[in-house]
Amino acid sequence: MEILVCARRVPDTSENEIQLNSAGNDIERDDLVYSINEPDNYAVEEALQIVAKSGGNVTVATVGTDEDEEILRREMAMGANKGVLLSDDAFNGSDGKGIATVLKGFVQKGKFDLVLTGVQAEDGGAQVGGMLAAMLDYPFASLVNSIEVLDGNKLKISREIEGGNREMSEIDLPCVLSIQTGINEPRYVGMRGIRQVASVEIPTYGASDLGVDPKSVGEAAANVKRDDYFIPALGKGAEILQGSNEEIATKLIELMKAKGGLQ
Amino acid sequence: MTARIFAYIVHKAGVVDDSAAELLAAAKTIDPAETPTALVVGSGAELDTVCSNLCATFAKVWKVANDSFAYLNAELIRQALAKVVPQGSIVLVPHNHFGIDLGPGLSIKLNAAFVPDVVRIDGVDGTNLKVVRQEFGGQVSTHVRCNIANGAVINVRPGAFKPAESAPAAGVAVDKSAEVGPLTTERRYLTTIVPEAGDVDITKEPVLVSIGRGIGEKDNIPIAEELAEALGAVVSCSRPVVDAKWLPKSRQVGSSGQTVKPKIYLACGISGSFQHLAGLKGNPFVVAINKNPKAPIFQVAEVGIVTDMLEFIPELTNKVREMKQVSA
Ligand SMILES: Cc1cc2nc3c(=O)[nH]c(=O)nc-3n(C[C@H](O)[C@H](O)[C@H](O)COP(=O)(O)OP(=O)(O)OC[C@H]3O[C@@H](n4cnc5c(N)ncnc54)[C@H](O)[C@@H]3O)c2cc1C
Ligand SMILES: Nc1ncnc2c1ncn2[C@@H]1O[C@H](COP(=O)(O)O)[C@@H](O)[C@H]1O
Repeated sequence: MEILVCARRVPDTSENEIQLNSAGNDIERDDLVYSINEPDNYAVEEALQIVAKSGGNVTVATVGTDEDEEILRREMAMGANKGVLLSDDAFNGSDGKGIATVLKGFVQKGKFDLVLTGVQAEDGGAQVGGMLAAMLDYPFASLVNSIEVLDGNKLKISREIEGGNREMSEIDLPCVLSIQTGINEPRYVGMRGIRQVASVEIPTYGASDLGVDPKSVGEAAANVKRDDYFIPALGKGAEILQGSNEEIATKLIELMKAKGGLQ
Repeated sequence: MTARIFAYIVHKAGVVDDSAAELLAAAKTIDPAETPTALVVGSGAELDTVCSNLCATFAKVWKVANDSFAYLNAELIRQALAKVVPQGSIVLVPHNHFGIDLGPGLSIKLNAAFVPDVVRIDGVDGTNLKVVRQEFGGQVSTHVRCNIANGAVINVRPGAFKPAESAPAAGVAVDKSAEVGPLTTERRYLTTIVPEAGDVDITKEPVLVSIGRGIGEKDNIPIAEELAEALGAVVSCSRPVVDAKWLPKSRQVGSSGQTVKPKIYLACGISGSFQHLAGLKGNPFVVAINKNPKAPIFQVAEVGIVTDMLEFIPELTNKVREMKQVSA
């Protein structure tokens, strides 16, 4: 099976506290630690497990800039056969639809049986996969938390719905699935693995290579634009307990007793 | 403002979901003068019940019935809506597991704009709808402008809009089913699997020691278990702890886990994402223990402790044990 995984490089929220810059209109981007968007990493692992069983290749693509190459290399170190960078000045300022338009161009250049995305990007909204599927007229399923390959170009999948319930379906290939965290246990990538792929060439495709009309992407085509970042005025907010850990523990116990949670 | 506003109604077993009233409130923030149309998709007698109930709060109700909607498969519903919804409309959809499945693709099929997970609407300015979203797990918010010249699909965060005391409406249901035509899908629903019961039922516990990614590693879990034992409580958790297989799924609090209603909820190393908080009901006394003073959990907690949980929790455990010894 030929599998494409769409992946993004994002500021890692488990490594950074995301804060406003001094002008108060953007997040502070200096010294941010970046990594691959978490669900995208699960998507790559899932693709690798599928090809280990059924054969085929895993390609990882990102719409971004040279800086984003590092996540492609990381995923190649994990075992992906190929990483490609979709990059062009015309793509700058794209909204979700713009990103999906670029990815569609790449899907149509190749012959992929299965396209995986993550459920959601750290600064996204769970939209790119569903848009891409609709543009390609492929069937789509979001929040996928298991995949089984069936005979005859079909998959059996489950979607995560409320309360830990799982909605089971059969879906025909080719299709687009957005992958939820926890679907598998992504393998560890060591420095050695990264070094081994350090000099692998990463092909780059621009708008004309992908047959993407530059006017259909980028800032000018974006229907959805972010004006600024801000921190909303807090509601009441928590009463912050002050003192040494010991003093705070004593106060907290009193409070819990008062609430009837401690006998 | 001429665009027609629709509210996609989620319902189950003949009962309308809370999101319907929230979408009604959200529609009023787009245009107070416009009464939104409830868009109700389903099949059978159940659908008629839902439609007639909605007529009490929505002045306009569009019913879309089809035998293939016995299970509400977003793949089929998207096709149907693409035929029924007029070009240029604004369609409001709840941003839950169903809306995430439906909304983005629907916007493409309607050639409309799409905004996911909207938490606030500030009104319309020319052809722009002004909304607020959150990013990075709620650590920052953004003002977003959406060009609605060709209409829009707006996915609205559950719980973000307070239902208004709406005046009773003497709504009329219009049957739009004939416009749908034949539907086929390449994603066929099979069945729904309910989760296995866990060793403990966190939904019934009065005190929960709940741990998040801040627990750091699996080997630290006993720190939380010891506190829970001292308190006579049990350990629950946020999603990353389950994803990492450190605790079973039955311990997860949130929209894709359990809904809990404890008296006291100790949120330790949990940032406070809306999916997590969606599982916290009944107005518990929330104590947030987090090393980041800006973590969103402090906005919903009663009491906050800004510290390293790995140092603080053992200290708290000791104090609780001491106290119990004194009183024993
Ligand atoms: C469709 C969908 C459904 C979801 N369903 C759920 C759900 O049911 N339940 C759920 O929980 N999530 C759910 N999520 C995930 C959710 O969006 C968040 O990613 C998740 O809740 C974050 O968990 P967390 O707070 O533990 O981790 P993080 O957001 O990474 O927060 C960790 C926190 O720990 C703090 N911290 C780190 N180290 C320490 C320390 N030593 N001492 C004190 N504090 C520390 C940090 O400051 C941070 O605030 C869902 C997501 C999606 C897309
Ligand atoms: N710039 C991008 N390049 C490649 N894939 C992307 C990009 N942006 C988003 N995606 C994919 O779409 C998923 C959902 O992102 P979003 O809709 O922005 O929340 C991500 O998890 C990625 O798999």
